[in-house]
Amino acid sequence: MKLLQKNLVCLWEEEKLIKIVKRNQPSRAIFFLTPVLAIFLTLFAGGLIFYILGFKPFEALKFFFIVPIADMYGLSELLLKATPLCLIAIGLSFCFKSNNWNIGAEGQLTFGAIVSGGVALLFYNQEGFYILPIVILAGAIGGMLYASIPAILKTYFNTNEILVSLMLVYVSKLILDYLVVGPWSNPEGFNFPETRQFSYSARLPLLFEGLRIHAGIFLALAAVVVSWFIFYKTYLGFQMKVSGFSLKTAKYAGYKGKKMIILVFLISGACAGLAGVGEITGPIGQLHREVSPDYGFTAIIVAFLGRLHPVGIIFASLIVAITYLGAETAQIFMQIPKYTGQVFQGMILFFLLASDYLLFFKIKFTGLKK
Amino acid sequence: MHKIFTRSLVSSLVFFFTLTVSAVAKDVKAAFVYIGPTGDHGWTYQHDVGRKAVEAAGYKTTYVEGVPESADAERVLRQLANSGHDVIFTTSFGYMNPTNKVAKEFPNVKFEHATGYKREHPNVSTYAARFYEGRAILGTIAGSMTKSNVIGYVASFPIPEVIRGINSFTLAAQKVNPNIKTKIVWAFTWYDPGKESEAAKALIDQGADIIAQHTDSTAIVQIAEKAGVYAFGQASDMDKFAPKAVLTSVENNWGPYYVDRVKAVANGTWSQKDTWHGIGDGMVVISDLDSAIPSDLQAKVKKLQADLASGKVHAFTGPIYDQKGGLMVAEGKTADDGMLAGMMTYVKGVEGDIPK
Repeated sequence: MKLLQKNLVCLWEEEKLIKIVKRNQPSRAIFFLTPVLAIFLTLFAGGLIFYILGFKPFEALKFFFIVPIADMYGLSELLLKATPLCLIAIGLSFCFKSNNWNIGAEGQLTFGAIVSGGVALLFYNQEGFYILPIVILAGAIGGMLYASIPAILKTYFNTNEILVSLMLVYVSKLILDYLVVGPWSNPEGFNFPETRQFSYSARLPLLFEGLRIHAGIFLALAAVVVSWFIFYKTYLGFQMKVSGFSLKTAKYAGYKGKKMIILVFLISGACAGLAGVGEITGPIGQLHREVSPDYGFTAIIVAFLGRLHPVGIIFASLIVAITYLGAETAQIFMQIPKYTGQVFQGMILFFLLASDYLLFFKIKFTGLKK
Repeated sequence: MHKIFTRSLVSSLVFFFTLTVSAVAKDVKAAFVYIGPTGDHGWTYQHDVGRKAVEAAGYKTTYVEGVPESADAERVLRQLANSGHDVIFTTSFGYMNPTNKVAKEFPNVKFEHATGYKREHPNVSTYAARFYEGRAILGTIAGSMTKSNVIGYVASFPIPEVIRGINSFTLAAQKVNPNIKTKIVWAFTWYDPGKESEAAKALIDQGADIIAQHTDSTAIVQIAEKAGVYAFGQASDMDKFAPKAVLTSVENNWGPYYVDRVKAVANGTWSQKDTWHGIGDGMVVISDLDSAIPSDLQAKVKKLQADLASGKVHAFTGPIYDQKGGLMVAEGKTADDGMLAGMMTYVKGVEGDIPK
């Protein structure tokens, strides 16, 4: 790869038309501009794909990105979809900033949902103000417990956290399967794989009558504020940043690496667990096999698109959320296959990674000189 | 297109005040919500074949595929109800609670939920097919053609629908061959070619020379083709995926029901129903029998098919015993629909326990 890059630069240098020059320092402006560039490239490529498929590109893009949020209900659905993505991505940014590659947020979400769902089922048919806080707390603890597995294995046994956290996703889904098929299945439900509906007191309150957006959004907003404070105002945030740049430097500075690794995994797990709580005590109201449509994986795109910055993540979660809603609208009104939503998510990540090239290299137009 | 767009906007705006916008529709529009892709050649594919029959009958249709049974289902349903659709078919069990929830908000839109049991509002109907009748035919073929007397069966989830199929299959096979055993592997999925393949391989390793399936992908018949054993297609005619292995398929034929119900909406004669149709009503169809089936067996199968259709033969006719030898259905009696709907015990001849 490096050789290829060198050759490419050489080739152009001989022509003296375009020069690709390595930057001395990554450009800060470009750092925050590339996500915007990636989104525009995605829109352009998306329009092109629609055109090739035989749809009117502008109409298709309108149904994808404007129609779904053209009313209050649509906005509420957008926030409902963005809430878990934002929450998980905030948690993941703690890990990613400090060079810990937690890929298993989906598993932490699922386990958080299992633990909080179990507690909610314990309070089945009971009402009381104390139930919801316990259920929420249980979800956070569940997520933390599950995230602590890859963290502890990494710090004490030197395992690869990417593999461990990823594999644990499938374990958590199997545990959920087992519980809803077997011991926790609704006794009046003809053995279908779902639990009873949670009692009213175990449900997150709705913010507006008739809309699905629920109090879980405050958890996401709180996570944004707290993470901003930790990242930029605390010693821990500084330690994370240094470890992210260079583990050796962090070691040299005497930071206690192990403690930090475990801490960022716990934070990340708690956020993912809370996202799981938001789903099951919010719009779903029970446990079944499909608690999350892979929010934990999509949130990885969100975290990077938001440049691991709390404010960036808010915007990124809204943009990715709309690709879900838009895919449904586009299929209902234009018969465009719904899976194009995933194509859009993939393209955003692809263009973002591709345009990161501009962080380290700049293109110079020199003109033909002989 | 533009008209629909404006209409959806307008109706969204007045969403909280009036829910009757879609009721004035003259041209009836039907919507279908699918759990999988329309190209799965199984469950969703067959529902889409049914949707196309509705189109052919002159009605407009819309579908949304790959709708997860998570919180997203409710949004898709509400959006369909809110954009001028008069009847919405929700074709997976997991849509049961969202269907009933959205139906409450849209009393003028009809909802048809496949395979569920909740009809909480007058505008919700449920429908399902008596697939167990088709499985009785598969059992008859399997029991006659097995040489190892071990028949493999890849099952999805331990719910009455699946248990009923296993029992019906085993009872029919025992009738022609009392020595057979049905070995079950639970895949705990409806559609996962990888897991289904593993399950089929495990059954073949255990000596099964015929594999039946209650999962939706074509992976199992393809594994059977490679291993040189027989198999049965599920949901659609899977013969082209494994021409040697597939003896026949049980096809889900939703078209007639869908056309019927959409017509009823158009005529204003739609009313709440719980439909459970079988071979007789054409909701369950047996594909062409493979030439590997000897001609005398073919004649036997055809006769059984006609008798099941006319009601002369019931797939669950006593005496039926459970695994421990306890009497489930007395001699001369047949199992009633209530018993069938809640069936959670294996009959004698099925190996293993139902996972709890």
